[in-house]
Amino acid sequence: MPAENASTPGTGPVAVSAGSPLLRVDDLHTSFHVAAGEVRAVRGVSLTLDRGRTLGIVGESGSGKTVLARSIMRLNIGGNVSTSGNVEFEGRDLLDLPLKAMKNLWGTELAMVFQDPMTSLNPVVRVGRQLTEHVRSNLGAGRGEARQMAIDLLREVRIPDAEARLRAFPHELSGGMRQRICIAIALACEPALLFADEPTTALDVTVQHQILNLLGREQRDREMAMILVTHDLGVVAGRTDDTIVMYAGKVVEQAPTRVLFTEMRHPYSEALLRSIPRIGQRSHTRLSAITGRPPDPIDIPPGCPFSPRCPYVQQKCREEPPPLVAAGDGAGGASHLSACWYPVGTDAGRDAFARNLADRLPQTVVVAEGSEFAESAAANAAAEATAANGSFEGGGA
Amino acid sequence: MGRLIAGRMVRLVATLLLVTFVTFMATSLLPGDPVNALIPIEAQQDREFVEQVREEWGFNDPLLVRYGRWLGDAVRGDLGDSYVTGRPIIDEITPRLPVTGELMVVTVLLGILIGVPLGLVSGYREGSRADKAVSAVAQFGLSIPNFVLGLVLIYVFAIKLRWLPATGWTRISDSVTGNLKSVAMPAIALAVAEVAVYLRVLRSDIISTLKENYILSARAKGLKDRFILFRHALRPSSLTLTTLIGLNIAGLITGTIVIEQLFAIPGLGRRLFSAVFQRDYMMVQGLTVLLAAAYVIINATVDFIYIAIDPRIRRRA
Amino acid sequence: MADPTGLRSLQEDGQASALARSPAPFRVRVGRSLWNAFREMPWPTRACASWLVLIVTVAIFADWIPGLQDPNYQGFLFGKSKTLDPPSMEHWLGTDNVSRDILARVVHGARTSLIFAGGVLLCGLVFGGLLGSAAGFLRGRFEAVVMFYVDVSLAFPALVFFLFAITMLNTRGLGIMTVAVALLIIAPYTRIARANSLSVSDREFVTAARAIGTSRPRILVREIIPNVYPTLVAYSLIVAAVLVILEATLSFLGIGVPIPRASWGGDINMARRDIAINVWPMIPPILALVATILSVNVVSDWLRSNAASRSSAL
Ligand SMILES: Nc1ncnc2c1ncn2[C@@H]1O[C@H](COP(=O)(O)OP(=O)(O)OP(=O)(O)O)[C@@H](O)[C@H]1O
Ligand code: SF4
Ligand SMILES: [Mg+2]
Repeated sequence: MPAENASTPGTGPVAVSAGSPLLRVDDLHTSFHVAAGEVRAVRGVSLTLDRGRTLGIVGESGSGKTVLARSIMRLNIGGNVSTSGNVEFEGRDLLDLPLKAMKNLWGTELAMVFQDPMTSLNPVVRVGRQLTEHVRSNLGAGRGEARQMAIDLLREVRIPDAEARLRAFPHELSGGMRQRICIAIALACEPALLFADEPTTALDVTVQHQILNLLGREQRDREMAMILVTHDLGVVAGRTDDTIVMYAGKVVEQAPTRVLFTEMRHPYSEALLRSIPRIGQRSHTRLSAITGRPPDPIDIPPGCPFSPRCPYVQQKCREEPPPLVAAGDGAGGASHLSACWYPVGTDAGRDAFARNLADRLPQTVVVAEGSEFAESAAANAAAEATAANGSFEGGGA
Repeated sequence: MGRLIAGRMVRLVATLLLVTFVTFMATSLLPGDPVNALIPIEAQQDREFVEQVREEWGFNDPLLVRYGRWLGDAVRGDLGDSYVTGRPIIDEITPRLPVTGELMVVTVLLGILIGVPLGLVSGYREGSRADKAVSAVAQFGLSIPNFVLGLVLIYVFAIKLRWLPATGWTRISDSVTGNLKSVAMPAIALAVAEVAVYLRVLRSDIISTLKENYILSARAKGLKDRFILFRHALRPSSLTLTTLIGLNIAGLITGTIVIEQLFAIPGLGRRLFSAVFQRDYMMVQGLTVLLAAAYVIINATVDFIYIAIDPRIRRRA
Repeated sequence: MADPTGLRSLQEDGQASALARSPAPFRVRVGRSLWNAFREMPWPTRACASWLVLIVTVAIFADWIPGLQDPNYQGFLFGKSKTLDPPSMEHWLGTDNVSRDILARVVHGARTSLIFAGGVLLCGLVFGGLLGSAAGFLRGRFEAVVMFYVDVSLAFPALVFFLFAITMLNTRGLGIMTVAVALLIIAPYTRIARANSLSVSDREFVTAARAIGTSRPRILVREIIPNVYPTLVAYSLIVAAVLVILEATLSFLGIGVPIPRASWGGDINMARRDIAINVWPMIPPILALVATILSVNVVSDWLRSNAASRSSAL
């Protein structure tokens, strides 16, 4: 099937000129109008993604990752949503597309794997039908053909005893199995772009790796582009080409994944990195989870949204929002962007940190006390990232 | 699953025993000597004669013995003889059963045929003008007692338009159109409330089902809205509806009694009524036991059906 | 509500009533908050609430309304008024087939309905509420006995039980009707109260009261019962609609309040005999009946959805 995919005109990378990306998002805004006010979930996100490439979107719970992904696919439901900006996919402007035309892209060109495999399968419909109903309706496959396809898909996502599973109901399968099935469903119509929205958050740690590896393998084999959404920087390490870090509906740092881990510039990215639970350490040593909570999306503070929690924060941060600009002259070059007045690893940042430590700003003190651990964690992550990336490239070649 | 069903069966039998026992006890203990219904008033002063009749009918045995005897007979289909007509109760009931049965079946079918599409549409188009109109009509339907509705129907279709007979019953074996004509108004009078209930329940179920994650994932798969509605939303929603319809069938027993009386339909309900007015204890007792048993059994059957159709329960059990 | 003639919806409280599905905390703070609630209603709901206030008021003060005639006065016996008179200055809503004033009968019919519904509700709230609260809190044998009663009671279709009861007791009348239906209504009230009481008994403040050695009856009265009743009060509104229907139905069938007592259902039955000649006497009691049921339903729906949204906003 992968071979077939590659030769299908329009979906394989061969047929496309290098110049136009598969997906280009420009200044995307999404808000929900609720009784309490306007929930500004996504506030001006821009990104590009080429065919066959992978992009990680990382951020805490509530940072707007899901809304961003759904806005691109126009899957936000309810009458209270408003989306503005530009989304260009395969040269089409998705936000201007009539809903009907948009619906034709769902499943066939754009597909999504959801956060919670427990609830994203219909509990009263057999797995076999859920696997192929859209293949039949979207691509017009016959019953027998669809069945064979379902079996192949289940084999591909490594579900043992595939034929018997077709008659199972979702609740008869484990969480990992269900997520494999969701992945199979998403892959069934050979989409050009797959959104994986926290595909492993609801799963056991051991299963998480298997699922992520499965996604990575499928993505490579099918030369499909993928956006991997997660709140765990450790998940994107070694698994995506580029990474975007989101906070309060905005991109705060953006870089090729390897560069991000080696030359992290944004205090929020750094904080996320510190909060990765490492194997090796006891699981409850989440020493430096980020102090405080993300801002209320109805009432986002002026200036830098991270300022109330940032260990580097200065007066300027509270007044002026930092723009997303090239993050210096590191290895990332122009592809490394960050939105911070006092970036990590720069003199300005170090000074700011020292000042705050002297003032005994709580969040700064916490970081300083955990720094020994944090440094080793960062080093570990970087090492792992490089290692994984290496194997990734090996696999891809 | 086997164990679950066995458990329900035990409960069902226990409830049936209870219901029959309570009915029997009440008949036996409450004031008003049933013997009096057996003998002419003049003879009631004749103590010896009364005593003789008591002995003959077994009124003098201990209560539990009498209950056991009565239950044994009842299980074999012998509910005793009517005090008034002297005929076996079961013989009076049997020809009336299909009449009441037909009325109930037609009512439920009408309810489903009208209620389900309306519920589906108004749930799918929540908040739309059509939805609001349907909800308002349903609210009205729930607020009109069935006998009032029956009267309005009689006035319009029997008295003014003269399309349908106001009362009476033509058996289906005698004339199919005649039978349809006699079932139409009673069934509609009963069905309006059913329609309202079904559509309300289905509507709110559809609304909440459409908010489920699996509906979003079905959309993301590229399925058509209509397909999602019928294949993914209606199915889980119809589980509740099935239960509700079953429960309502049991509840219709009450409704048919009223409507049979109003339209003079020779069903079980009307017979129960005449027995009440004739003070025919045996008949009242027999019909009460029968209807209560039907009520309990239908409710239990609904439970079984629910177990059978919900794959989640089916496997868990 | 589901069943305009019986207590079915009362009997399936566990499954059918939306209330039982989402026991929203429902607090009616009397006085000002009732007035506020009234002002918040959309106008159709407000009209319904006003109708209920009106009907309850005239039902209570029926005997003292100036100019309102005696509902049982048959003018034609004294050559005063005619039977089946159309509305006139003397009889605003005309007269029925035995020349009684229809307006007076509708007003007094409201009173019958109110006495019946009020009496039954009171029994349900008092006996059902107390039995259920105690059963859920005390558990053990007491609970077993109470639930036995509930199970038996719920196994009978309401009207069948009622017919059975009046045959065996050989009496009719408002009193016996109220008692018989109250006997049935106690069961669902008990069930709801017990379920609530079970969950309240697990809460911290009850555990705390136990820990400091408060006596069990005292906990029952001070902690459990006050927390059980709000749901029961909300439930009563649903029951009220069913009871109004039930009284009308029973009286219509001739097994409710005996003639000549005014009752909407009974009067509709009286008027039915002349349906082919003159439908007018049937219309006022029908309208009063339907408007009342509709109003109870609309107001209780509004209160429920409003209580739910209020509590979720908190
Ligand atoms: N339909 C909606 N109506 C109102 N607010 C919404 C809606 N959907 C999302 N939000 C708000 O938008 C913000 C961003 O939510 P989003 O689901 O994108 O976060 P996330 O980054 O995906 O977090 P998580 O890791 O929890 O999935 C949140 O504050 C959320 O409450
Ligand atoms: S240093 Fe200032 S600008 Fe940079 S993240 Fe912290 S608060 Fe924001
Ligand atoms: Mg999310």
